[in-house]
Amino acid sequence: MQTKRMTYPGRFLPYALLAPQVIVTLIFFIWPAGQALYQSLLREDAFGLRSTFVGLENFARLFRDGSYVNSLSVTVVFAVGTTLLSMTVALLLASTVNRMIRSRSTYTTLLVWPYAIAPALAGVLWWFIFNPSIGIVPYMLEMVGYQWNHRNSGSDAMLLVIFAAAWKQISYNFLFFLAGLQSIPQSLIEAASIDGASPTKRFWTIIFPLLTPTTFFLLVVNVVYAMFDTFAIIHATTAGGPAQATNILVYKVYADGFVGLNLGSSAAQSVILMVIVVALTMIQFRFIERRVNY
Amino acid sequence: MVENRPWANLIAHIVLISGVALVVFPVYVAIIASTHSLSGLLQGTLPLLPGGHGIENYTRMWQSGVSNAGAPPAALMLWNSFIMAMAITVGKLSISLLSAFAIVYFRFRFRMFFFWVIFVTLMLPVEVRIIPTFKVVADLKMLNSFAGLSIPLIASATATFLFRQFFMTIPEEMLEAARVDGAGPLKFFKDILMPLSVTNIAALFVIMFIYGWNQYLWPLIITTDPDYYTIVMGIQRMTSEENPQWQLVMAAVVMAALPPVLVILFMQRLFVKGLTETEK
Repeated sequence: MQTKRMTYPGRFLPYALLAPQVIVTLIFFIWPAGQALYQSLLREDAFGLRSTFVGLENFARLFRDGSYVNSLSVTVVFAVGTTLLSMTVALLLASTVNRMIRSRSTYTTLLVWPYAIAPALAGVLWWFIFNPSIGIVPYMLEMVGYQWNHRNSGSDAMLLVIFAAAWKQISYNFLFFLAGLQSIPQSLIEAASIDGASPTKRFWTIIFPLLTPTTFFLLVVNVVYAMFDTFAIIHATTAGGPAQATNILVYKVYADGFVGLNLGSSAAQSVILMVIVVALTMIQFRFIERRVNY
Repeated sequence: MVENRPWANLIAHIVLISGVALVVFPVYVAIIASTHSLSGLLQGTLPLLPGGHGIENYTRMWQSGVSNAGAPPAALMLWNSFIMAMAITVGKLSISLLSAFAIVYFRFRFRMFFFWVIFVTLMLPVEVRIIPTFKVVADLKMLNSFAGLSIPLIASATATFLFRQFFMTIPEEMLEAARVDGAGPLKFFKDILMPLSVTNIAALFVIMFIYGWNQYLWPLIITTDPDYYTIVMGIQRMTSEENPQWQLVMAAVVMAALPPVLVILFMQRLFVKGLTETEK
């Protein structure tokens, strides 16, 4: 890693400058992560008085445990659903906005502000409009003969949290797709249309392939978002229910540790999640290096 | 656009207007619901036009909150949110500026090591290490305090990397000239680097403020004293009741969403800059 050609000499100053950041990181990031790693190898007795070293037993138990395997598959459905839904809508909106000339900035402003809404609030908003007794959407669904009830139906609850999570993420994806679209040289599109390619054909054969780096980047970011930043949506609405149908991994870590007080298992789950984040971050970084010369 | 197709334009506008409608709809419903009385909301279907109880609901939420649900007045919660968001933002920006300065303008032992220590924070979101972090904060007696709400969240790899990247683009001659004129490192930092970074700082400020304001899990677990509730987590107390007072909940939702939304609307250019640059 480079520095400037000319630097300041310093014996203590650089350490002093780094100290606040490093101290906060050590105390609140690395130490707790180490604790989680350590805890994940221990098992506490029923009274929390004594803990014994059990090796990888906590991990083995997790994968034998039906509720953890269920949580894994719930997370996959949730992450894939949220990512696909919000990216598709965002791409459609971004490529449409990109054709506009005069109204482009107005539409952009109208579409970006949900980024500011906290996930918890997004959850509450959708929880409210889908409320089985007073919500407006169940009322409309009933007219077409569907009984919406996310309190009993696991699939309804899953749809609800996917809607809320995807809704909040549209503006983010939209901004990145729009930036990606604007970096595509206009001459390519003009050349194609002189050759008689229709707008649809141009989109699929020129624009979409050139957007691949943006799309791939957003895929990773959205999966990370759906897996880790959506805790609030679940907690403020379904609380993992009904019957664990929306119990995603980050929510389960919290529920098992704080509510269930099963520290060993919760720590093991933390460790698994950390491995997933590290893997996703690595993918993101390797990809960013390559994005420069596409 | 390449060719002129009036029909395609019309369809494009229809697509965009429905997109905007989809995005606005939940918030519109919230605003409408916050202007009705509870009985008006419970009558069957949700009304789609404003009612006449708006001022009453907002005043009540602002001044007294919903005490039986454990939610203090919104004025207090908004204030707490503001303090927390500002502390997190200012904290993140200052420690990141300092560490980026050290990494770029000094050569010292263990530089790479420190760089990796900072990098690690990127990989450990609070959600995945929630229990041990809670323990650390409890041991440090920081529960129910603004220090506990903000300090554990102020480490920032993204901000450090962004400032590092930016400092690398500053011409070498700046430092040479400063040194010829006898400026020491701190003077150089204060009088040259800081003024040059103003736009970057402002852009990150917008992103970090929204991040801080929208914190949920962290305030939820470390505050048990209603005096420290922030608005985003306080709303959850009201909805988890048996029969939530939806008109007050929605008034609180609108008040909680307003500050960050205004920040985005009024500082859109900085926001877009901050967002696209932090994620690179």
